[in-house]
Amino acid sequence: MCTSIVEIVKAHGSGKGEGGWFDLTAAVVSYDHPHHALLEDAINIDFVNPSLGPGARVAVEITLESARELSAALARALAAADEVERERLRGT
Amino acid sequence: MGYEGLHAETISIKGNNGESISAYVARPLGKGPFPGMVLMHHAPGWDEWYCETTRKFAHHGYLAISHNLYHRAGEGKADDVAAKVRAEGGVPDAQVIGDTEGAVQWLRAQSNLNGKVGVIGTCSGGRHTFLFACHTKSINAAADLWGGRVVMKKEELTPKLPTAPIEFTKNLSCPLLGLFGNEDAAPTPEQVNQHEAELKKHGKEFEFHRYDGAGHGFFYYDRPNYRVEQALDGWKKVWAFFGKHLKK
Repeated sequence: MCTSIVEIVKAHGSGKGEGGWFDLTAAVVSYDHPHHALLEDAINIDFVNPSLGPGARVAVEITLESARELSAALARALAAADEVERERLRGT
Repeated sequence: MGYEGLHAETISIKGNNGESISAYVARPLGKGPFPGMVLMHHAPGWDEWYCETTRKFAHHGYLAISHNLYHRAGEGKADDVAAKVRAEGGVPDAQVIGDTEGAVQWLRAQSNLNGKVGVIGTCSGGRHTFLFACHTKSINAAADLWGGRVVMKKEELTPKLPTAPIEFTKNLSCPLLGLFGNEDAAPTPEQVNQHEAELKKHGKEFEFHRYDGAGHGFFYYDRPNYRVEQALDGWKKVWAFFGKHLKK
């Protein structure tokens, strides 16, 4: 890699890769050369489970603008989800 | 054109600490003797472009080998393996040096080698090429094509990449060719200038060529940064440089 921009977080859930659904263990966010997107560098997001081998990966390569919009959408969805969860707790 | 042919295949070689790693080899048919070429793959991995380029060197009369620096990350498609290595912070510099010495020694064991070996790499492979050329006495020429992070900030250093390659310049053991795009962000033109100044300071034999209108990876015909004029001129520089140092 020609940049050293890599962020890794634990991820619990499932991802659908080439071989079907698999359990996730991590999400890797980098700004580096993409393999397919026609960009010099891209925000690359890989949902992975390294214990299942390199192929256990759900990959996206997106522009910085798309990544910012995705990040904002995640923040909005999380805020709304938190509200739903608070309502659920009040109801119990 | 007379008869031409080559043989290409994957093989296993001894890499760092004698560990087996995979390699792609392309040999011109005929008795030779041929100069040898080690191709150090880029950050996107041991991929189709590197296999093609290995065959290109064989077509130009070189015994060519491209070893898989990501072998230990496991079997898989080049992009998946490269993504795993990226998440792991790359491969250790010391391991890369050991693996590459293994590839050189594989070439040196071939009976039809003319006794001369070169190394070339692009992107992270350019950085690795320069790093290796500063840690070996077993090669005769090296080409760093737009290698990023030869110059590194202190905060970029890691246990796997503990020293900026520029620090080893005084140990460079062979002539160096460098090709760079003036619109590249890694390395920047300023970093290329810094590298050049260090080479001059230590009296090293080198030639750097900088291209306007080109950024990173301008040889890659399947990427948006491909620049046909600069790439064609760059290939001419590559053939002339290695022809001078390895074929005579």
